[in-house]
Amino acid sequence: MPAAPPAALTHLDVLESESIHIIREVAAELERPVLMFSGGKDSIVMLRLAERAFAPARIPFGLLQVDTGFDFPEVLATRDRWVERLGIELHVASVEQAIADGIVVDDGKTSRNRLQIGTLLHAIEERGYTAAFGGGRRDEEKARAKERIYSHRDDFGQWDPKNQRPELWSLYNGRIHEGEHMRVFPLSNWTELDIWQYIAREELDIPEIYYSHRRRVFERDGMLLSESEHNPLRPGEEVTERQVRFRTVGDLTLTGCVDSDASTVKQIIDEISVARLTERGATRGDDRFSEAAMEDRKKEGYF
Amino acid sequence: MGTDLGLLRVATAGSVDDGKSTLIGRLLLDSKAIFEDQLEAVEATSKAKGHDHTDLALLTDGLRSEREQGITIDVAYRYFATPKRKFILADTPGHAQYTRNMVTGASTADLGLVLVDARHGLTEQSRRHTVLLSLLQVPHVALVVNKMDLVGYDQGVFETIEKDFRDFTDRLGVPEISAFPISALIGDNVVEPSEETPWFEGGSLLAHLETVASVRGREGGSAGARFPVQYVIRPQTGEHRDYRGYAGRVEGGTFEVGQEVVVLPSGMRSTIAGIDTLGQEHERATTSQSVVLRLAGDIDVSRGDLVADVEHPPAVTRELTATVCWMATGALHSRQKLLLKHTTRTVRAIVDGVNAKVDINTLDRDGSAEELGLNEIGTVSLRLSQPVVVDPYREQRVTGSFILIDPATGGTVGAGMIEGTHGLEYSI
Repeated sequence: MPAAPPAALTHLDVLESESIHIIREVAAELERPVLMFSGGKDSIVMLRLAERAFAPARIPFGLLQVDTGFDFPEVLATRDRWVERLGIELHVASVEQAIADGIVVDDGKTSRNRLQIGTLLHAIEERGYTAAFGGGRRDEEKARAKERIYSHRDDFGQWDPKNQRPELWSLYNGRIHEGEHMRVFPLSNWTELDIWQYIAREELDIPEIYYSHRRRVFERDGMLLSESEHNPLRPGEEVTERQVRFRTVGDLTLTGCVDSDASTVKQIIDEISVARLTERGATRGDDRFSEAAMEDRKKEGYF
Repeated sequence: MGTDLGLLRVATAGSVDDGKSTLIGRLLLDSKAIFEDQLEAVEATSKAKGHDHTDLALLTDGLRSEREQGITIDVAYRYFATPKRKFILADTPGHAQYTRNMVTGASTADLGLVLVDARHGLTEQSRRHTVLLSLLQVPHVALVVNKMDLVGYDQGVFETIEKDFRDFTDRLGVPEISAFPISALIGDNVVEPSEETPWFEGGSLLAHLETVASVRGREGGSAGARFPVQYVIRPQTGEHRDYRGYAGRVEGGTFEVGQEVVVLPSGMRSTIAGIDTLGQEHERATTSQSVVLRLAGDIDVSRGDLVADVEHPPAVTRELTATVCWMATGALHSRQKLLLKHTTRTVRAIVDGVNAKVDINTLDRDGSAEELGLNEIGTVSLRLSQPVVVDPYREQRVTGSFILIDPATGGTVGAGMIEGTHGLEYSI
C-alpha cells in the first residue's frame, strides 16, 4: 500500500469550505433565508462562516433569535457585539411575547425550550423566511445524525424523517412550495472538537460562560444549574459556589454547567478531548425526557 | 496536527446480518468516539429488550421506527477520529428497497467497505452493493470478511472469499481492492492486528483507513481546473465600490493569479486578477477550497457559469447520456419532463429515452427496457432547455454528476452520472 500524498488542506479547511459552499447555495437559491442565532458557540461559528462566504460584501441575510426570556446575560452581550461588528439585522422573537399574544400556551409545566417551537414557527411564517440556517451538528444527538443538511419542513413546520430527500454529492435540492421552508445545517459534519479547534484558529469572540469561572449553583437531576430568579429552589436543593463552565448555552433553567478549570480555548480543547460524556448528556435537561425526545421535538418543528 | 491527513469519507455496505452496525460500534468504541452517556443509554435499552449483550447496533439506529423494527432505514452519519485522521462514516442500509440510500451514502465516499459474513461468503447483496460502489466509482473498496472467529480463523475460508471478490470486481473494473479478515465482535484486525491470524500480513482495517488517499487529497479527478460560480459578490460599500468577485468552490485542479481561463458556456476568455478569502489575498487556490475569484476585464459572469482552465475545458452541451438511479415510486419514462440540477445550474430536461437497464447484480445491460422503476438503474438520454458545462463522471465527480427533480412535488427523484455528450455546441 503506497503512502498517501500529504493533503494540502487540513480537516478544518475541508469542513470550513464545505459549510461555506452550503451557505452560498442557500443564499443564491432560496429567496429569504435567515440565520437562527442562539449566541452559543455553534451559532458564532456559523456567523464567521457566513462572513467568510460573502466577504468583502456583507452577509446577505439577517439573524433570528428566539428569546426564552431565560437567556444568560453574557450570551446576549456577545450577540450584541457580533451584530454591531457585522452590521447585520437581528430579529428577536420572544417567547414571553408569544405567550402574551396567545401564540403558545404557558401551562406552567411545559419548558420554555418547548415553547420555542411555536414561537419560532410563528416568526418564520410571519416574516416569510424560506430558509433558516441552524448550527445543529449530527454528532450531537442520534436523531440529528439522521437529518439531511437541507431539511425540508412542510406548511406546519414538521420534519418527516421517513420521507427525506436523498442528498447526493454536494447537489442540494432547495425547492419548496408556498408556506414550506428549509432548515439548513451547514455544520452537520462538524463535531464538538472541530468547533473548538475552529474557535481557536479564528480567535472567535464567544460568551464568557464557556470559560471556567466561580458561580453560585445547585444540583438538580444530576445537573449543576445556575442560581437564578427564574430557577426557584425546590425543597432539599442547596446553593454552593463552584468553579464551573458551560459546554452548551440555552435556557438557563435547563442548561447545566460542569466543574472545570479550563479558562482558555486551548484548555477547553484538552478537556473535551478526554471528556467521557457528550455535551448534551452532561448538560441538557431537555434531551432527557425520553429516548426519542429530540426526534419528537424535531418532528414538531424544533430546530 | 502535524500529521493531519484531512478527512476520509467512508460508506459501509453489506447485508442486514453481516455485522455492519457491530463493526461501526467497534470502530467507534475502540477509537473512544463513544461517550459514557451514549453507551449507558444503549446498555439500558439492550437490557430492557432482554438481550444478554450490549447491542452496539443501537448506537447507529437512531430513529424510533428503526428501533421498533430493528433495522436501519436511512443513512446515518457517524464521526470518529484518530490522531492521524478524521472520519465521516455513512452507514447505509442493507435492504434492497433502500438502494437510493446506498447511492446517497456512496456518492461522497472515498472508500466503500463491503462486509461479508465468513460463513456465507459473497451474497447477492454484497455483489449488488459492490456494483453500486463501482458505478459510483468510489475510488477505494475494502472487503471485510467478518465473523472469522466462527470459522476458526481459517486462512482458506478468507482466501476463497477474497478470490471470489477479486474475480467479481475485476469484471466490474474496480481498481483498488484491499481485504481484511476480522471479527467485529471480538475486535480482531479492526483496530489492532490479531494474533489469531498470523497468516495475514495486511495489518488492521483502521491502519488502512488512516493511510488511504482521499479524493480531495488527489486534486479532484483527471479533468482540468473547474470552478462553478455560486454567487456574484458585489459589496455596496464605499470601501469596495468597484469590487466584483465570483464566489465558488474549486472542484478540480488549481487556479493561480495570472492564469488564463475560459468562462463557460459563453466561451469568453479572461485571466485571474485575484483570489480572495476574508481579509486575505492568495496566489493560488486548489481543489475543495471555497474562495472568491476576480477576473480581468469587464465580462459578464453569473451563477451557473463555470470557470475552467483553457488547456482542458469541459464540454458544453444540451444533450446528455447518463447512468441514472431512479428514486421515485412512479417510473421514469420517455417524454417525461424534469428539472436537472448540475453544479450551480438548474435547467429543464426531457427524457428522450431509456436506452438500457442495468442489472445491479451483474452490471449486465438490458437494451429492451423502456422504463426505470423505483431503485432501478439504467442509461438514459436527456435533452435540456439550456446548455450545461460537463465532464464525464469517470473523469470528474462534480462536473459529471447531477440530480433530477420532479417539478410538481419538488422532490429529488433521480441521481445521474454523465457518460457522454451529443451535439457539442462549443469547443475550444
